Amino acid sequence: MKAITGQKPFEEIAQLLGKCENVYIVGCGTCATMCHTGGKAEVLKMKEQLESTGKKVTGWMVIPTPCDTLTEDALKEDTEAIKAASCLLVMACAFGVQTVALYTDKAVYPALNTLFIGQEEAPGRFYEACLQCGNCVLGLTAGICPLVRCAKGLLNGPCGGSVGGKCEVSPETPCAWQLIIDRLKEQGQLEKLEKITPIRDWSTSLSGGPRRTTVKS
Amino acid sequence: MKAGSNLEKVLESGRFAVTAEAGPPKGTSAAVVQKKAETLRNACDAVNITDNQTAIVRMCSLAGCVIVKQQGVEPVMQMVVRDRNRIAIQSDVLGAIALGIRNILCLTGDHQKFGNHPSARGVYDIDSIQLIQTLKRMRDEKKFINGEDISGEVPLFIGAAENPFADPFEFRVIRLAKKIEAGADFIQTQAVYDVPKFKRWMEMVTERGLDKKTHILAGIIPIRAVGMARYMRDNVPGISLPNELVTRMEQATSGKEEGLKIALETIEQMKEIPGVHGIHIMAVGWEDIVPTLVERVKLLPRPVL
Repeated sequence: MKAITGQKPFEEIAQLLGKCENVYIVGCGTCATMCHTGGKAEVLKMKEQLESTGKKVTGWMVIPTPCDTLTEDALKEDTEAIKAASCLLVMACAFGVQTVALYTDKAVYPALNTLFIGQEEAPGRFYEACLQCGNCVLGLTAGICPLVRCAKGLLNGPCGGSVGGKCEVSPETPCAWQLIIDRLKEQGQLEKLEKITPIRDWSTSLSGGPRRTTVKS
Repeated sequence: MKAGSNLEKVLESGRFAVTAEAGPPKGTSAAVVQKKAETLRNACDAVNITDNQTAIVRMCSLAGCVIVKQQGVEPVMQMVVRDRNRIAIQSDVLGAIALGIRNILCLTGDHQKFGNHPSARGVYDIDSIQLIQTLKRMRDEKKFINGEDISGEVPLFIGAAENPFADPFEFRVIRLAKKIEAGADFIQTQAVYDVPKFKRWMEMVTERGLDKKTHILAGIIPIRAVGMARYMRDNVPGISLPNELVTRMEQATSGKEEGLKIALETIEQMKEIPGVHGIHIMAVGWEDIVPTLVERVKLLPRPVL
């Protein structure tokens, strides 16, 4: 699983930091490093940018996986520098931001936007693969998710905007339903699509309210 | 009769139907809708009122339909799944029926990205085929999606759209079959310019006997100018507009005359294709041309049933 991130515009970051003059930066050694949004290089660049606008960077670290509980120990290793800061700027996915916030009383700000759970199709090129809808339809759709890969999330696609294998929203976006049809055809299972897929239950998604689960032992 | 609407009567009597489209204004004036209804009154059997077409905010289709109906013109309420979840959809259907609307056209809707609020959240709680299914269940079983009972009658004549020119070509007929199975009583197609391709599609439709299970109305968009022809050829997803028509428009002394001629020729050809039960004219912003068009293809006067 890869959390694909993009950096927020620097103006937005500056606005979030506001009057906070002393900043500690946390980077991520996993997904954000891979995305070139929160690795060592990006953290150092952010440090430079912040300093050029008059902020003081009291310290920085790149935590190998800021989304796990070892983050607590990592942060303890630089207590003094963090203490000297009035806020932390986290260059990780939203999961990392929230984990860091669990282990500090200081204000925590995100430097990145978490875009999606991505699949790498070519080096450095990702597409969204899963909506985490809580009710997987991949068994009906040849392993291609229409909920995230079709712009309209159609369960009985394709719509009238599918042309030459591309989606109407962008010539760079493949039509998910063309992909599904091609693959089912190859597998001799196109008749699967002759049946109407019924209305789905969205209560398993965020529409049902914040989700929680307990792993059975 | 499922709904007893004029459109249903015309189609069920085996006559060649004519419907036309009218877009509500980006404002509050009922007079704009009334004027369009007056223009189209005697030229068609029902008028489609669009539902925020191309994702641009306009007066709602339901209000447009009521205004048209007050003028004594029969509306077809277009309904997209882009902007409403199942709660709003079913609620709007109940209200529409209470206000005398009998024809509803079920659509996915153009993606919000193309409209004037591209940062809007798209809803797509259900898709267009599931919308057809929902309306059929509401009508035939008098049940909501959740299985609860609806009080009162639910007379509905259910429409759907299909685009024979989108891809994958062979799958378009399967998808049409799904829409019919879901409950589509009539189909209005995307605009036809590529007549040979449309004929091939209709052959596949009739081979499966689908023309016996629903009424197919071929879409017609009269071209006003060469720029419009080029724009539709190059920029409108899912429209197949052959180069030769663009050339004809380029060489014509009057774009409007040539566009009218192309539309007339297309309609004449539609009348000859087995399984086509009517035409649906979408004269976007050129409603004035509709009476002329319908008259010149000898489809006037419209039947009074």
